[in-house]
Amino acid sequence: MSVTELAPAASGIDPERQRTRRAARRRNTRAALLFLSPWIIGFLVFTAWPIGYSAYLSLTDYDVINDPSFIGFDNYVQLIEDPKIALALWNTFIFTVLQVPLYVIVSIALAVLLNQAGRRSSGFFRTVFFLPKMTPPVAVGVLFLLLFNGQNGLINHVLGWFGINGPAWTTDPAWVKPGLAIMSLWTVGGSVIILLAALRAVPNQLYESARIDGANFWQQTTKITVPMISPTIFFIVVVNTIAAFQTFDEAYTAFFGSGNTTYSNDAALFYVIYLFQQAFQFLHMGYASAMAWLLFVVIMAVTAIQLWVSRRVVYYEADVR
Amino acid sequence: MRVRTLSKVAIAAVAVGMLASCATGSNQTADDDIKYDRDATLSGNLQVMGFGGVDEIATTRYDLATKALGDGVTVKLIEGDLDMQQFLSAVAAGDPPALVYANRDQIGSLAARGAIMPLDKCIEGEDIGTDQYLEAALDQVTFDGKVYGIPEFNTVQLTMANADLLSAAGLTIDDVNGSDWDAVTKAAEAMMKNDGGKLSVIGVDTKLPEFFPLWAKSNGVDLISEDGRTAQLNDPKAVEALEFAVGIYDLQGGFSAVKAYRDSADFFGGGNQYATNVLGSMWMEQWYINVLNDVSPDAPMAFDTFHSKDGESLAYASGSAWAIPAGSNETAPAACRFARVMTEVDSWVAAAQARLDLRNADGKPFTGVLTGNADADEKIREMVTTGGEPWDTGVKKMYEANDNTFSLPANPADAEFKTAWQDAVNRVLNGQEDPQTALDKAQDEAQKALDAAWKKMENGK
Repeated sequence: MSVTELAPAASGIDPERQRTRRAARRRNTRAALLFLSPWIIGFLVFTAWPIGYSAYLSLTDYDVINDPSFIGFDNYVQLIEDPKIALALWNTFIFTVLQVPLYVIVSIALAVLLNQAGRRSSGFFRTVFFLPKMTPPVAVGVLFLLLFNGQNGLINHVLGWFGINGPAWTTDPAWVKPGLAIMSLWTVGGSVIILLAALRAVPNQLYESARIDGANFWQQTTKITVPMISPTIFFIVVVNTIAAFQTFDEAYTAFFGSGNTTYSNDAALFYVIYLFQQAFQFLHMGYASAMAWLLFVVIMAVTAIQLWVSRRVVYYEADVR
Repeated sequence: MRVRTLSKVAIAAVAVGMLASCATGSNQTADDDIKYDRDATLSGNLQVMGFGGVDEIATTRYDLATKALGDGVTVKLIEGDLDMQQFLSAVAAGDPPALVYANRDQIGSLAARGAIMPLDKCIEGEDIGTDQYLEAALDQVTFDGKVYGIPEFNTVQLTMANADLLSAAGLTIDDVNGSDWDAVTKAAEAMMKNDGGKLSVIGVDTKLPEFFPLWAKSNGVDLISEDGRTAQLNDPKAVEALEFAVGIYDLQGGFSAVKAYRDSADFFGGGNQYATNVLGSMWMEQWYINVLNDVSPDAPMAFDTFHSKDGESLAYASGSAWAIPAGSNETAPAACRFARVMTEVDSWVAAAQARLDLRNADGKPFTGVLTGNADADEKIREMVTTGGEPWDTGVKKMYEANDNTFSLPANPADAEFKTAWQDAVNRVLNGQEDPQTALDKAQDEAQKALDAAWKKMENGK
C-alpha cells in the first residue's frame, strides 16, 4: 500500500500538498502516455491485432478474397494429418541443432581472438566481421548456391586442397542442412560484437589472480571467461534458436525462390517456408495461421526449457534474478 | 476475478471476430450492368496491375491501346510481376485494379475464387475473335466453359544441340530430338565426358523438373484430365517418362553432378555451355535462340523441335493473359478494349515492325515473336529476316513448335497441383524416392487439392 493511500492524519501530510502531488502525477501519467502512444498504437495495430486476428483465422477457412468461414479446429487436426508438417518440423529441428552450437562456438572463438588483438586492429577486424551482416539475406541465398556448388564451388575447391572430394551441398539431401548451417556463419559478426563487449567487461583482476595461481590460457577461458560471459552466451543461444526455428530467407532463395524457380529440395523445406507456401502460394490463410500458432507453441516450449536449463549453467555475478 | 478476466477475453474474441468479418468481404459482383461496345466513348481511370512496358513489343502495343481508349481514359501501370496477395487483397477490399496481367496458368485459380470475371460479354461487345488465338493458349484461360482471360505471348521448347559434339560422336540432331528414347540415351553416353570423376561435358540434359509435362505428353499422357478435375500423375506412362528422363541424368553421374555443372555455367554470356562445348544437347525455351545469337553468334548450334515418341513435333505452351477483376464493373469496358487492342493482329504487327527496325539498326536478324495470336504469328513470320544458319533453322523450328503446342487445362488448384508434381520430380532427382513412389504421393496430394478446390467452388465459395 502506498503512502498516498493513507489517511492524511495518519500520514501526517498536508491534504493540499497531497492534492497537488496527485495532480502532478496525473499530469505526468498523461504526458507519459502521450509520449508512449506512438509505440502503444503501433503495438496494438501492428502486433496485438495481427496476433489476435491470426488466432481467429486459424479457426477458419480463408483464401483472402472470400469471407473466412468458421471451421473450428479442423486446421489443427489437419496439422497432425499433414506429413509435410512433420517433415518441415524435423528439418527445422535438425537445422537448429546444427546451426546454433556452430554459430555460438564460432562467435565465441572469433570474439576471444578479437579480444586478444590490439585496440586499433581490433576495431578494424570488428568492422570486417560485421560487414557481411549487412548483406541482404536474398543475396546470401544466391551466394550459397555459388560457394557451395558441388562441381565448381569455392568450398569444394578448398576441400580439394586437402584431398577431400566435397559433397553435393546444394542437391544431396544429406548435405543441404549442414551447408546452410555453415553458410549462416556469414552473419556471425553481430554475435561476435556482443560477445566482445561481454569479454571486455570481465574484471582483469580475475585473470591476474588466476595467473598467480598458475592457471593456463585454457583454464582461464573455461573457469573465468566462459562463466563470466555465460549470460551473454545464453542470450545469443536463445535469440539464435528462435531465429533458427524461423529460418526462411536464405533457404527459400536458394531452393524455392529466385535461385531455383522449379528445382527444390525437401531437405530444405523448413517450417516457415512451408507456412509461406500455404499462405501465399496456395492462399490457405487459415491453415497457415494454425501453422504459425503451432510454431509459436514449439518456440515457447523450447525457450522455456532453455530458461530452465540456464538456472543451472548460467552464472549471474550479481545474482539479481 | 477469474470470471471477469474470462469475460474480457470472450469480449475481445467476439470483437476480433466482428472486426475480422468487417475486414474482409466477398466482392463477386455480377457483371450484368456492364455495357461493352467497341464504338463507345470511354472515360475514367484504368489501373493495370502486373504489366510493365519494358521493350518495344510492349510499348508499341501500349501506345496503340491507350490511343484506342481515347483522351477520356487515364491509364496507370502498377509495374512488376502480379503480386497475387496484393491483387486479391485489393479485390477483397472492394478496390480492385481495372485490369490484371497474369500468367495463363493462374487464371483457373483466380476464376475459381471469383477474383476475375468471365469475359464472354467483353468478347462479344468488343467483337474479339477468339478463333485468332492459339487453341492451347485459349484453353489455358478457359475455365468451367467460360473464357476468363485474353491470352498473349507463347513460349515453346526446342531441341538445342552442339553440332560439333554431335558430329564428333557420329550423331545428328535427329538422335537427340526426343523421338527415339534409346537414341537419346546412347547420345548422352556418347557425348558425356568425365575427367577425374568430375563431369566435364554434359551429354544430354532432359531439363527436369520443369519439362516433366513435356516428357509425359511425349509418352502419351497429360498430367491432368481434360476437365481439370483428375490428376494423372501416377499414370504408368508418366512414371515411365520420369524414369527415362531421370535415367539420362543417372548415366551421367546423377542429377547432382549435372545440376551443379549447369548452375556453374555462364548461361547468358559468351562463355555459355554451347559456345564452350560443354553441353551436347538440351531442351530449352525459344527465347534462348536470341540469347545465343546475341552473345555467341559463332556457336556451333543445331536446332530442332521437341519430338514426341511417335515422331511428331510437340511443345508445352505457356504465356500471359489479360483478366478483368471482379468488382471492377465501372472500368471493365475500358479494360476490355485495352486487352483487345493489346492482343489484336495490327498491334502485334506494329510491335514486330518496331523490333525489326531496331534489329536492322543494330545489324542483327529479326527472329520473330510468338504472340499467342495465330493470325499475328503468321504475319510476323513473314517479317523475319535471315541471320544465316543455324539461326534461320532455329527460327523455322520455333514456328513449327508453335504450331504443335499443347497445354494443361485451367483448374482451381493450379499452385498446389504444380507443387505436387514438381516436388515429386525433385524427390526422385535428389535420390529420395523412386519415380513410382514419388508420383503416387504426388497423385494423392494433387487429387486432394483438386477435390477440395472444386468442392469449394461448387459450394459457392
